[in-house]
Order: sequence, then structure tokens, then C-alpha cells
Amino acid sequence: MSDNGCGFPAPGLHSFLFKPIFTVGGFEFNKVMLLALIATTVVVTFFYAAFGKAKLVPGKVQMIGEAGYDFVRRGIVYETMGKKDGEKYVPLMVSLFFFIWIMNIWSVVPLAQFPVSSVIAYPFVLAGIVYFVWVPLTFKRHGFVGGWKNITGYDNSLGPIKWLVAFIEFFSNLLVRPFTHAVRLFANMFAGHLMLVMFTVASWYLLNSWLIPAAGVSFVMTIAMIGFELFVQAVQAYVFVLLACSYIQGALAEHH
Amino acid sequence: MIANLVQLAAEEEQNPLIPPGPELLVGTIAFAIVFFFFWKKLLPNINKVLEERREAIEGGIEKAEAAQTEAQSVLEQYKAQLAEARHEAARLRQEAQEQGAQLIAEMRAEGQRQREEIVAAGHSQIEADRKAAAQALRQDVGQLATELAGKLVGESLEEHARQSRTIDRFLDELDAKAEATR
Repeated sequence: MSDNGCGFPAPGLHSFLFKPIFTVGGFEFNKVMLLALIATTVVVTFFYAAFGKAKLVPGKVQMIGEAGYDFVRRGIVYETMGKKDGEKYVPLMVSLFFFIWIMNIWSVVPLAQFPVSSVIAYPFVLAGIVYFVWVPLTFKRHGFVGGWKNITGYDNSLGPIKWLVAFIEFFSNLLVRPFTHAVRLFANMFAGHLMLVMFTVASWYLLNSWLIPAAGVSFVMTIAMIGFELFVQAVQAYVFVLLACSYIQGALAEHH
Repeated sequence: MIANLVQLAAEEEQNPLIPPGPELLVGTIAFAIVFFFFWKKLLPNINKVLEERREAIEGGIEKAEAAQTEAQSVLEQYKAQLAEARHEAARLRQEAQEQGAQLIAEMRAEGQRQREEIVAAGHSQIEADRKAAAQALRQDVGQLATELAGKLVGESLEEHARQSRTIDRFLDELDAKAEATR
């Protein structure tokens, strides 16, 4: 694809496409799917070890699990929705956070080295789930007319521009929101992966004769980017869950 | 950037912003498993334990509070008992002092009485002895005087003297004199 004359194998969209590992009746099972399922296994296994036989006096694994659980429950859900409204959504948010985080972490795990969430389908599924939680919830809480008012921010005190506001709000909340919710996660992971691949490939590519110092720089950058990506992976999982909570909180709120 | 990506992607066979169907399916299944486990099994599990732990801690605090209250009440009780005992001791001491004083007074009175009795008895004894001695002396003196006078006169004046009571009268006079000079 990127044959620009010097033979540098620049990363591109092809870096996000995988040949199927195997095919069952037209269903192509690829590496990303495998990683997604391993992410599920990792999350479930870890939390089963932590909470499966939870004890009053926790062991090490349970203590770590409890810290993570508490972080999402108290730090995100209760913070945004309050304890009363939030309690019901804790399982969803905990699942979202740890599933996304592990999917992101694959980016820097040797052999895997690919963030599952940089394939748009996975963020899309999760954003869709959140979308189908908060939209029906809005109408359930406020009724049909009240629900529309909540979504569009309809307010008589705004005078004639209320229709403009309502249109913009409708557009941004109901149509754009799930898209931005998913793309925010996707694009961060996508860009992060591109950077990592770029520096990794470059350190290898530059490793000849007088370019060796440049290769060294590139390698240092690879290491630095891995550290940075570890941070971004956690932050993006956090942001995704935080937004999900704030959408649900908005749906429950009396005034938009 | 997104527009760029979309444009770039359009040249490719697969647009990165258009999700492939099978991936959607796998993503849904993968997440559903995680959610199901958390929702049905793991979070209820840990919530139960967290609740139990909270209760255990609160129970511990309550127990400690109860123990403290009990200790406080026992202390109060002891203090009250101690004060009562002190009071009682003071009362007993006071009583003992009073009793002692009374006893001493009684003893003193008794002693006084006994002394007086003894003194009185002594006095009466002495008086009786003196009387007896005086009586004996009087008889002896009379007799001796009579005998002496008889010897001087040459005849027995015993009967006469006795009858005449002269000697007695004389002795009485002596007595009276002695009384007067005393």
C-alpha cells in the first residue's frame, strides 16, 4: 500500500485487518475476535477468583478485585448518579469498565499487541448497549412528551429559539451521541496502535549502519509510547464508563 | 482527522468506521458473558460479603460501645459503693467514739462509786473498830481504875463502883473533853 520508494513498511489501515484464523461456514474467525473472547475469559476468571468465594477477610486477589470494583462503583457510578439511582447500573458499568480496559490492554501485551477496541465494531456494540439503556429509560421516567422534552432540552423560557435549540439538542443527543461515544474510544485506541506500530517498525527498519542512533531513538519512543498507551487505555475505559453514567443520569434527571 | 480517515478508508476495501457484522456479533457475545457473570453471580456475591463485613465492623463497634457503657456503669456502681462504704466507716467510727466515750464515762462513774463504797466501808469499819476499842478501853480503864482505887482504899469497890456508875460518868466526861479538844 505505502510503497513510497524507500520500502518502509508504513503502518496503515491494513494494520487493522487480519486474515481469518479459521472459517466456519463463511464465518471468519480472526485474531481480534480471539482477543475479545480472551478478554472476556480474563475478566471473568479474575473476578471469579476474586469474588467467586468471597470471604469476610479478603485474600490478595479479592482485595485487588474489591479495589477495582469500588473504584467503578463509588468513584464513577455513585459520583455521577448518586447511590440510590446508581445502584441498579453498577453491574453494567463494572462490566463495561473492565471489559474495555482489558480489550485496550491487549495493545501492549506481547503476542497480542492489538487493542480490540481499535476495531469499531466492539466500541459500537458497547455504545449501542448504553444507548439502548438510556433512551428507553428517558421515556420510561418522563413519559412520551416529557421524554422528548428531556432529550431535546425543550424549554419555553428560551422563546422562539427554543425550536433551534431543540433541533440541535435532538441531533446531538439522539443521533450523534452514540457515534461519538463509540468513536472516542475507537479513535484513541486506533491512533495509539498506529503510533506503536510506527515506532516499532521504524526501530527495526532503521537498524542499519549509520541510522542505528535513529533506531535507538525510535526504540526509546516505542518504550515511552507503551507507557503512555497504558495510561490512555485506562483513561479511555474510565471516560467511556463516565459518559455512560452521565447519559443515564441525564435520562433520570428532572431538568436537562 | 475522521474525515481524512473516512476518505482514506474509502480507497480501501474496508472502511474502519463501518463495523463488520461478525465482529459485532462476537463483541456482543463477549460482553454479554462478562455482564452476565457480574450481574448474576459475582457482584451479588461480593455485595453480600461487603454488607456482612460492614455489619461485622458495625457490630464490633456496637459491642465495644456496649462494653464501654457497661464498664462505665460498673465504675459508677463501684464508686457509689465506695462512697457508701466510706460513709459507713465514718459512721461506725463516730459511733465507736461515742460508745467509747460513754463506756469511759460509765467506767469512771462505776469507779467513783466503788471508791466511795470502799471509802465508806473503810470509814464505818474504822468507826466500828474505834467504838469497839473505845468500849473495850472504857471497860478496861474502869476496871483498872476500880482495882487501883480498891487497892488504894483497901477494899473492893468493884460492885459499888459498877452500881454507882461513877466510872462511866467520869469516862464520859473524858470523852467529852477529848471531843472538845479534837
